[in-house]
Amino acid sequence: MAEHVVSRKTYIVVWGALMALMILTAGLSRIDLGEWSTVVALAIAAIKALLVILFFMHVRYESQKMAWVFVVAGFFWLGILLALTMTDYLSRGSLGVAGH
Amino acid sequence: MHDRAIAATHGLRHHFADLDQQRESATLGMWVFLVTEIMFFGGLFAAYLVYRTAHYDAWVTGSEHMDFWFGTINTVILLCSSLLVALAVHAVQVGRNKTCALYLWIASAMGVAFLVLKGFEYHAHIVEGAVPGALWKLTVPDPQAVQMFFYIYFVMTGLHALHVTIGIILLAVIGWYAAKGAYSPANHNSVHVSGLYWHFVDVVWIFLYPLLYLIAHKKA
Repeated sequence: MAEHVVSRKTYIVVWGALMALMILTAGLSRIDLGEWSTVVALAIAAIKALLVILFFMHVRYESQKMAWVFVVAGFFWLGILLALTMTDYLSRGSLGVAGH
Repeated sequence: MHDRAIAATHGLRHHFADLDQQRESATLGMWVFLVTEIMFFGGLFAAYLVYRTAHYDAWVTGSEHMDFWFGTINTVILLCSSLLVALAVHAVQVGRNKTCALYLWIASAMGVAFLVLKGFEYHAHIVEGAVPGALWKLTVPDPQAVQMFFYIYFVMTGLHALHVTIGIILLAVIGWYAAKGAYSPANHNSVHVSGLYWHFVDVVWIFLYPLLYLIAHKKA
C-alpha cells in the first residue's frame, strides 16, 4: 500500500489546535479549579498527545494494522503500570495487617 | 507498470520485496523502539505519581518554584518544531528535498533554543538552591520531600533534554542528507523515522509541561 501524503493544511490545522490547547491549559492553570485542575490539565495533555500521535506521527493514516497494535500496546502497558502501581499505594492501610 | 517497478527499486535493500514493505518495516521498527521509550519514561512518570500522592504539599511547594514562562515558551518551541518536522516529511514526499532540509534544520535549531532555555532554567535553580543534595538552600517545610520533587524533576527533564540533544543531531544530519538529495518521494524512511522520534520527544514534553509547571500552580 502506497504511503499516504498528509496535506500541509492538515498539519497546520492540527498545529493550530495544539497551540490553542496549550494556551487553554496555561490559562486554566492560573485559575483555581481545586481538585479539577489536575484532571483538566492531564485531559488537555492527553488530547494534545493524541493529536501529535494520530496526525504528526501518521498513525491515523497507517495502513498496516501491526503498527496500530504496537502503538496501542505501548500505551496500554503504560496504563497497566500506572493503574496497578496506584492500586497498591492508594489501598495501603485500607486493610488491617497483623503486626501493624 | 514495468518502468514504475524499476524506478521503485532505487534505494531498496535486498532483503525487502519492495519499497512499501521496506517503509512499513522501518515504521514498525521505529514504533517498537518508541514503545521501549514509553517504558523508559513510564517508570519515571510512575515515580512522579507515587511521590506526588505521598507528598502532595511538597509537590505544591516544588511547583511554586518552577518558572511558568520557561515551561510555556519551551512548549511553544517544541510544538512549532514538530510542525516543521511534519512539513519536512510532506516536502520530501512531494520531492522537495531542499525545503525538507530547511525545515529539518530550523526544527533542529529550535531544539537548540529549547536546550538553551532549559540551561538558563537549571542555572536559576542552582542560584536559588533548588537542587537536591549539597547545593540545597531552600528553606521550605518538609525539605526532604521537596528535594524529592526536584530530584524527579531533574531526572525527568534531564532525560528529556538528552533525547532533545540526540534529536537535534539527528535532524541536522538527516537535513544534510536531504540537502544532498539523498531522498525521493518513494524512499525517505530516514526522514519519516527521525520525524517519529522528534514527535515522541514532543509528546513526552506535552505531559511534563502540566505535571511540572501547571499543576498546583497558585493563582498569579
